[in-house]
Amino acid sequence: MSIHFADKALGGFQRSLELRAKRVELLSQNIANADTPNFKARDLDFKAAMASAQTQFVKTTHTGHIASAPAGAGDAVIFTTPLNPSADGNTVEIGVEQAKFGQAAADYQATLRFLESRVSGIRKALKGE
Amino acid sequence: MAIDSLFNIASSALNAQLTRMNTTASNLANASTTASSEATAYKAKRVNFESIVQEAQLDGQDFKGGVKIGEIVTDRTPVPSMFDPGHPNADANGYVYGTNVNEVAEMVDMMAAARSYQNNVEVVNTAKQLMLRTLEITKA
Repeated sequence: MSIHFADKALGGFQRSLELRAKRVELLSQNIANADTPNFKARDLDFKAAMASAQTQFVKTTHTGHIASAPAGAGDAVIFTTPLNPSADGNTVEIGVEQAKFGQAAADYQATLRFLESRVSGIRKALKGE
Repeated sequence: MAIDSLFNIASSALNAQLTRMNTTASNLANASTTASSEATAYKAKRVNFESIVQEAQLDGQDFKGGVKIGEIVTDRTPVPSMFDPGHPNADANGYVYGTNVNEVAEMVDMMAAARSYQNNVEVVNTAKQLMLRTLEITKA
């Protein structure tokens, strides 16, 4: 019950926030490994991750049903294609990664803002103001 | 929890870059040492970075996807020798052995390490901001 309540009340923003955090994490791994030979930069395909998170969430209406856990970001992790290949096999382009990291952090904060407005809405409804 | 793993990932990178800077400093400090044989001459050290693919333990914390120092290798560039019989380190034939440290390359390497270090400090700052903002959700 609780998960369905959270889903309806928070409008799926909590799952979106999880994926945004995942993307920030992946990009920080790229920045950390900017000088590691043969490291392949990765990124999260947010659209695909969100789509799989929405479709795989199926209600269990019978005791025999197996509850499907909210999908992880596993499938949507993609390798980045570098603009210019480097000699040591590393595909991290630090400028590109920094730009993406800034964008991902902003996206995270935006989702957070939406989630906050949901929370304050629920709070208002509970208080009956 | 994804956001707090950012701290671990970035700190592993800070650690690795710091080791790299230490190595460079050691190379620069030893750039003009001399020795009486090729074997005992100081040879430049290089660090090899490796990404942490598996869940690893560092200071008792789990983290994945960071970077670590694979190994510290010695530069295989031949050590230069100079004929200087009056030098206190001269061998029986009057040769003194220097080091294979390339000071210009070391300076460039140190700058690159410092820049990478700054990038990761920035990641830590951003992670901190995001975490604090997330905590503020309770005030909404």
